[in-house]
Amino acid sequence: MLKKALAGRKRCWAWIAFLFIVMGVSAACYVRQLTVGLGITGMGRDVSWGLYIAQFTFLVGVAASAVVVVLPYYLHDYKAFGRITVLAEFLAVAAVAMCGMFIVADMGRPDRVFFILLHPTPGSVMFWDMLVLNAYMVMNILIAWAVLGAERNEVPPPRWVKPLIYLSIPTAISIHTVTAFLYAGLPGRHLWLSAILAARFLASAFSSGPALLILLCLIIKRLSRWDPGVEAIRLLARILTYALLANLFFLLIEFFTAFYSRIPEHMQSLQYLYFGLEGHGNLVPWMRASVLLAVIATVLLIIPRARLNEGILAVACAAVFFSIWIEKGLGLVVGGFIPSPLEKIVEYSPTGPELFITFGVWAAGALILTILYKIAIAVKEELSA
Amino acid sequence: MDGSRRDFLKMCGLFVLAMGLKPVARAFGMDARPQMLPAPEALKARRWAMVVDLKKCKGDCTACIDACHRVHNVPTFDDPRHEIKWIWREKYADAFPSQYHAHTEENVKSKPLVVLCNHCDNPPCTRVCPVKATWKRAEDGIVMMDFHRCIGCRYCMAACPYGARSFNWFDPRPHIRQMNLDFPTRTKGVVEKCNFCVERLAKGQRPACVEACAQAPNGQALLFGDLQDPASEVSRVLAARFSVQRKPELGTRPQVYYIV
Amino acid sequence: MYDAGKIIAALLLFLALVGLPIWANLARGGSRPPELEIGATEKQCVAPVEYMRKYHMKLLQQWCDAVVRDGDRIYVAQDGRRYEMSLSRTCLGCHSTKKGFCDRCHDYARVTPNCWNCHQEPTKENR
Repeated sequence: MLKKALAGRKRCWAWIAFLFIVMGVSAACYVRQLTVGLGITGMGRDVSWGLYIAQFTFLVGVAASAVVVVLPYYLHDYKAFGRITVLAEFLAVAAVAMCGMFIVADMGRPDRVFFILLHPTPGSVMFWDMLVLNAYMVMNILIAWAVLGAERNEVPPPRWVKPLIYLSIPTAISIHTVTAFLYAGLPGRHLWLSAILAARFLASAFSSGPALLILLCLIIKRLSRWDPGVEAIRLLARILTYALLANLFFLLIEFFTAFYSRIPEHMQSLQYLYFGLEGHGNLVPWMRASVLLAVIATVLLIIPRARLNEGILAVACAAVFFSIWIEKGLGLVVGGFIPSPLEKIVEYSPTGPELFITFGVWAAGALILTILYKIAIAVKEELSA
Repeated sequence: MDGSRRDFLKMCGLFVLAMGLKPVARAFGMDARPQMLPAPEALKARRWAMVVDLKKCKGDCTACIDACHRVHNVPTFDDPRHEIKWIWREKYADAFPSQYHAHTEENVKSKPLVVLCNHCDNPPCTRVCPVKATWKRAEDGIVMMDFHRCIGCRYCMAACPYGARSFNWFDPRPHIRQMNLDFPTRTKGVVEKCNFCVERLAKGQRPACVEACAQAPNGQALLFGDLQDPASEVSRVLAARFSVQRKPELGTRPQVYYIV
Repeated sequence: MYDAGKIIAALLLFLALVGLPIWANLARGGSRPPELEIGATEKQCVAPVEYMRKYHMKLLQQWCDAVVRDGDRIYVAQDGRRYEMSLSRTCLGCHSTKKGFCDRCHDYARVTPNCWNCHQEPTKENR
């Protein structure tokens, strides 16, 4: 089936060439980061995690796209999702691959990356995060490849696929929970020290994953001879709507606890992010844009006629994606470090090389997704012909 | 030929695996571990702790900081983002954010004092390290760093509620003002912090900051000793005078005590 | 075999190219390990010479883990003698210089042990 990735029209090769160019520039920046050090980024002693970890956190959520399709289809027989399970699983694979790349990009000693396997530490949440993320990626590769291959040969998938699929569902929940636990158990970081952080991660995952999947399905519908199915897209949109409402609700209740209790530690990070604190507020426009996008998307998605219109749905999905990208990425990760444990406000903004390395990883993920989707679409086009 | 391409590839794979077995077996082969002993002249304790006497700590003195950073090859960076500091000065109000109010005297709020790694008894930083590059020593409670193991993920920096840890954003060597050849430097990409001078304790010497403070004009603002020894200086001082810890409500049980 | 002539010819060419370092060395009369300025102030190293030649890196790793992770500082050698486990003070305290001793073989074998990124060679006075 890999051969299918090699056939394509001019537009496709132009896109892939563009991705390679971005990856090339990014690689050059990364080599500089390896030789000079992580100091070429905007991170520092006080904000010690920045854009890379922000992308990682957000992309773990995007990987939820798979379970949002797999659970209704395999556990509750929502036949409409049958057409797109493979697409959702391939998206999860690309997302988790990007997560891994961002982690390696952020490490001070990437040459020691295998220490996390050589010196396993079950007491550390990061160890479990590495395990479940890799397990989830491998599961999805195996499942999607087997199911797609079986579909192509018009035979039922092999028997081992079903149990693996059932296992992938709690694994999917675990990737978000464990990633939230990275943050939620740290005593000094009051923005993260919230019992509902894991729930927020799940809600934002079930919003951002389906949003991107819907956009990809709409693109596929336009660019290929195969239609993912209007029913599948509508179902995804419904799930997205409820998840987005939950996400907004969780944000509001965080605000309530912080600002009704008026405990400074609870309030300060949220104040910095959404209102500015002691004259510092370079993230305020971003966070407010995030809320605005989320509200616009919610309104568009709640109105059935708007949600059923593919053009408006696309706009709403893009709004959801960017809103959560800001909130869960920069907002959550950088906000957690401000104010610092010594009551200082040190702001963060990414540098040029840091941005290019980030673009490069996104390009690599897009390349993985393009290759996997080309294979999947080619198989499905062949079948429907 | 008989056999399919698949079978041939399987055979190749098995062959490669078999070739790999011998070095793996050798690597895991158990040699008798040679005998290794602790240094006989080492200072020993069951729970090392430090007391900072704020009544004696002077505003313009940096003897402890200079000594520590010189002995340990701590580099100097102008950009505060890239700063590495094992011990440094903060204002009282920033070190103890819950211990002052609107009517606290201004000279108390802005009184400079030194902060460093608290070598907590319940350290969140060691809990989160994914490779055990930092851990609490069972024998004496010191929170150690193994720079050979650190992967530079900076999870410990996020976990520390005191901002005690620094990261090497660049190669430190060009930025070291005065090299001490008796102590290694670190490389870029690893986290570092105060180590309660384990290398000096092993030679029977007190930590560099304590030594430097004792020789400074103000006298002994920094005390160091075994909290589990009731006769030690720190035990006696803490029994006799009122002391506070930084952020005790977080349950970390810090072992640097401040006499206010 | 189809195109047997071309394949065998190509294989031989490949072996020739890949083995260039070997042929070049043989032509030069073979290579020998370099002369070391052992410069030791003691007659006996912490372990027998043959063992040290093969396993000095392994010993140093054991020392590293013992000092940093276990808190031990004294190594009891096979012959009962005790040494401080320190690359800078014990090894380089006895052997002449890093350049004359360590680097000679490392450069010849093209290995770059990264110990020296952190650990330092003491000056003549500090040995």
